[in-house]
Amino acid sequence: MGILNRLNDPTEGGGIVLATVEDILNWGRSKSDWYLQFGLACCAIEFMAVNAAHYDLMRYGIIFRSSPRQADFLFVTGTVTLKMAERVKRLYEQLAEPRYVIAVGSCAASGGPYWEHGYHVLKGLDQIIPVDVYIPGCPPRPEAFQEGMMKLQAMINQEAIFNKRKRIAEEDAKFQNSNFTDSPSDIQIKM
Amino acid sequence: MQAKEIYEVLKTEFGDSIISFNDTAAGDPFIEIQSDKILEIGLFLRDNESLLFDFLNSITAMDLVDKLAAVYHIYSVSLNHRIVIKLFVPKDNPKVPTVERCWRTADWHEREAWDLIGIEFVGHHNLIRILCPYDWEGHPLRKDYTAPEFYHGIKVN
Repeated sequence: MGILNRLNDPTEGGGIVLATVEDILNWGRSKSDWYLQFGLACCAIEFMAVNAAHYDLMRYGIIFRSSPRQADFLFVTGTVTLKMAERVKRLYEQLAEPRYVIAVGSCAASGGPYWEHGYHVLKGLDQIIPVDVYIPGCPPRPEAFQEGMMKLQAMINQEAIFNKRKRIAEEDAKFQNSNFTDSPSDIQIKM
Repeated sequence: MQAKEIYEVLKTEFGDSIISFNDTAAGDPFIEIQSDKILEIGLFLRDNESLLFDFLNSITAMDLVDKLAAVYHIYSVSLNHRIVIKLFVPKDNPKVPTVERCWRTADWHEREAWDLIGIEFVGHHNLIRILCPYDWEGHPLRKDYTAPEFYHGIKVN
């Protein structure tokens, strides 16, 4: 988009920035995401490291909120037990739209080590709420958190705001005509 | 005091309620007792001047397929000695008197044993599940337990 370059040197190009309103809105949204932290297991410990000074996740413009009503997306870090699954779902429903979900770690993605014999563990967060970004690992490295955050920002940057329904319908039609056999979440996001 | 001496003291006090003493197996020496006498024995262990077992480390529950077992690890802080008490209960009527009155630690330990193995502690003031959801069915750490297919509409396996 080039907005940042222009900000460094405003006189370049005569001090005029050309962009679509949608791009600017998306740029603002993707750089000021607030999240509801939902630390459930050891991934949350790794997440503390990510938030601390060395990795400094806050430079992506994201701030921790403890109420879902003030948050844009949900970081589910750790093992989701069935007892907790209902609470996760309720909190997700309290998030104002547009809302996103990042599932961190093997447990949140698929049940992890409890995949086969865990009578009490939800086998993947996507069984109860839609997940936008999966961060694999047990627990993931801090760099993986950063990449996941960047994937989410890239996703928000691509998002339709105006005539959303119409455009989504077009994309859906395109998708159904294509030869993809994977789920829509597997489509590569252009960075 | 050594485990053998503790056993002798209990044997002279309670007689037939003390079934056996075992210090040959791997791990701590343990005393097996009759399951319905645990509260009396617990109070005696706690209050006797030469024993003073004032601290309950843990209550462990086990499923031995044909019966259930509860294991009490107790320790005396003031006299620095310890003992393990074991008792067995049948699977169809797993009732054990609570020792909550004796050691307050027992409250949550007994709830956990009830939740996961299903030993019923008679006289416990609030014997409800502690880890699983309140409406969970069955006791998950039993050997013959099968996980439910759905929980509140969420697929389990």
